[in-house]
Amino acid sequence: MNDKYQITDLNLFYGDFQALTDVNMNIKENQITAFIGPSGCGKSTLLKTLNRMNDLIDGCHITGKVLLDGVDIYDNYDVNLLRKNVGMVFQKPNPFPMSIYDNIAYGPRTHGIRKKALLDDIVEESLHKAAIWDEVKDRLKRNALSVSGGQQQRICIARALAVGPEVLLMDEPTSALDPISTNKIEDLILDLKKYYTIVIVTHNMQQATRISDATAFFLLGEIIEFDSTSSLFSMPKDKRTEDYITGRFG
Amino acid sequence: MKKQKILERLMSIVFFITATISIVSVILILLFIVINSIPALKEIGIVQFITGKTWAPANIPASFGLLPMILGSLYVTAGAVLIGVPLGLFTAVFMARFCPEKLYKVLKPLIDLLAGIPSIVYGFFGLVFIVPLIRNTLGGTGDSILAASILLGIMILPTIIGLSEAAIRAVPQSYYEGALSLGATHERAVFTILLPAAKSGIFASVILGIGRAIGETMAVVMVAGNQARIPTGILNGVRTMTSNIVIEMGYAADLHRGALIASGLVLFVFILILNIAFSLMNKKKGA
Repeated sequence: MNDKYQITDLNLFYGDFQALTDVNMNIKENQITAFIGPSGCGKSTLLKTLNRMNDLIDGCHITGKVLLDGVDIYDNYDVNLLRKNVGMVFQKPNPFPMSIYDNIAYGPRTHGIRKKALLDDIVEESLHKAAIWDEVKDRLKRNALSVSGGQQQRICIARALAVGPEVLLMDEPTSALDPISTNKIEDLILDLKKYYTIVIVTHNMQQATRISDATAFFLLGEIIEFDSTSSLFSMPKDKRTEDYITGRFG
Repeated sequence: MKKQKILERLMSIVFFITATISIVSVILILLFIVINSIPALKEIGIVQFITGKTWAPANIPASFGLLPMILGSLYVTAGAVLIGVPLGLFTAVFMARFCPEKLYKVLKPLIDLLAGIPSIVYGFFGLVFIVPLIRNTLGGTGDSILAASILLGIMILPTIIGLSEAAIRAVPQSYYEGALSLGATHERAVFTILLPAAKSGIFASVILGIGRAIGETMAVVMVAGNQARIPTGILNGVRTMTSNIVIEMGYAADLHRGALIASGLVLFVFILILNIAFSLMNKKKGA
């Protein structure tokens, strides 16, 4: 399988504070890669590096290379185009305070699609892909904030899919949700793997084992271990990984 | 333990009294206006008072038609909104989302200062700057609806800017990040997500601005020309309800005085309608 992302010697600083140290990793296409580790270990920071959402933070700067399909996204890359190709789903569902339809159509409209018929198709297709079409098809004009948290999160996934990304970044997408909604979203993520490269940050190690193909364990801004999920969880090579996944700290 | 309970009791009474004072004063003001208006309104007739086109308290018999002043207030306020709202709103957007921090530290106090300038000083500025400018460029005397509108438009800026900026800042950052993560530019995220989400706060600022404009007196008296007749163009002089009261109250007596107080009641009703419309709008949106 091809490498979607190639990250070499990445160091990231917030002002003087170094949040990531010497990160080297390749993220494979059409796989689910999970980032695990205790709070503040840098896993979300690395995730946000992949679509340059870190640019929003004052004093954030990086050294090293982050290649997407072989092109350095930090070197003269159109950041809006990058974010069109690399969708993101946030920890807390954040649908816009407008109708479900307008939420999904926001991205396509942003990228210049104006034809009603085409937008209708994109909205329906995206909601289908996010496995929520049947639940909301009769209330597309309703405010997206009026549905449940789990549904909101799937609407956010549909919204991200509507711009036709190749990569989907998910920052603890189920941590604000109940177990049933979590289950639905995990099933959905497994489905989406066919079409998208998925990177997911999770606090839940069972979740990582259930859905991911590869897992990276972070500690204090460093990647301690990065391997296929099955070997990382069954035969961790590093003592610290073992301690973490067996619940001795974190 | 017991001491604490007594203190709590005492404080709740204090809070109750302070709350009552402000509510009672509103009620007292309303009562005063209504009671003092009734005799004059009875004698003139409400319809005649509101729709009458001639205000001539010195005539025999005197004529009290408030329509020129009602229109005057409406025109001047509408003009202030046309000028002040777009200017204030865009300034608020700039302050909340585009202004570099260093510049913000300079601009913010300046805008606050705008709110602290006494209205008489605004009026003076209008008199020596705006009025001559209009006179020299557009003709006429310069004392006009236009002059009053420009001046009031400036005067409502701090209200519009301050409240709208706060409303825009109060929109959760997660909306903004959501928009950016879809590939939207900063500008697009601000104008298509943050502004609509801040709508109700922005409307509130406009309503308060209208309230300030319609109630402003001193500055308007100095630049509006104050002719008590229905204006036919924006370069015409105009007298607002508030100007009318302040100009004539000093020497008015009997029916004349009652008619002026009744103008206050009309003004009060205008503000009331404004507030009710606003809360209805909010309710509709919340449902």
